[in-house]
Amino acid sequence: MQISIRRVGNATIFDVSGDIDLANSPEVREALLHEVRENRRPRVVLNLCDVRYIDSSGVASLVESLKASRDIGSRFILFGLQGPAREVLQLSRLLKVFEIYDTEIEALES
Amino acid sequence: MTPDLLLKIELLSNPNVLSVVRGAVERLAEMVGFAPPESRSIVRAVDEALSNVMRHCYCGRLDQPIELYFRRLRRRSKGARKEGLEVLLCDRGPAVDQAKLRGHTPGKLRPGGLGLHFIRQAMDAVEYERVGRTNRLRLVKYLPPAKAHPEQ
Repeated sequence: MQISIRRVGNATIFDVSGDIDLANSPEVREALLHEVRENRRPRVVLNLCDVRYIDSSGVASLVESLKASRDIGSRFILFGLQGPAREVLQLSRLLKVFEIYDTEIEALES
Repeated sequence: MTPDLLLKIELLSNPNVLSVVRGAVERLAEMVGFAPPESRSIVRAVDEALSNVMRHCYCGRLDQPIELYFRRLRRRSKGARKEGLEVLLCDRGPAVDQAKLRGHTPGKLRPGGLGLHFIRQAMDAVEYERVGRTNRLRLVKYLPPAKAHPEQ
């Protein structure tokens, strides 16, 4: 799993590739929560185009980040969910809980 | 019922090997005859079960033993043949508190507990037992009837 960070306007975009599982979800969680809580960015965006797999610990990291962003009145946005990652959020019944867009442009213009 | 051993994996409780196991399980499920969505479900169930052992039974220690046995199931039920895959996951952690095996209802905005939901959603049978000093989790997934192999 690789994770990199970009800043575009008032948004921070995390580009993640590979699988998010127990081996690396703590790293994803820490990066996202730091950006939300410490840097207090008004919009934190997660690019999941190249994520092949998310396990329940990865979903938990997303849920925590969403809750943290709601706590400070910012937005936590996902885009580019591919089949298996979308499937996991569907099974978790969280597809309607998250703000999800197909593309980066839609996520930034929303 | 004749369970045939297809694969045995011995691993240590290091999350870095989870992706390796996922790859092997996906190929095995396809070999047994599961369609890609069912194979992904089985992979998810095994991955979540292993993660639970690593996190909760072994509390994040990286050097503890885990064994996985994969068997082909063939059984007759009311004259019909049923085939599928049995996965037996064995660890030597402390006994599991069965009250904690319930998980939580999905759709709620709280982290944790989803792994068990994924396991139950994916598999036809999920059974836990403590045998001596070993936790045994047995997962079973049956092939849809049309996919069962003809009598040999």
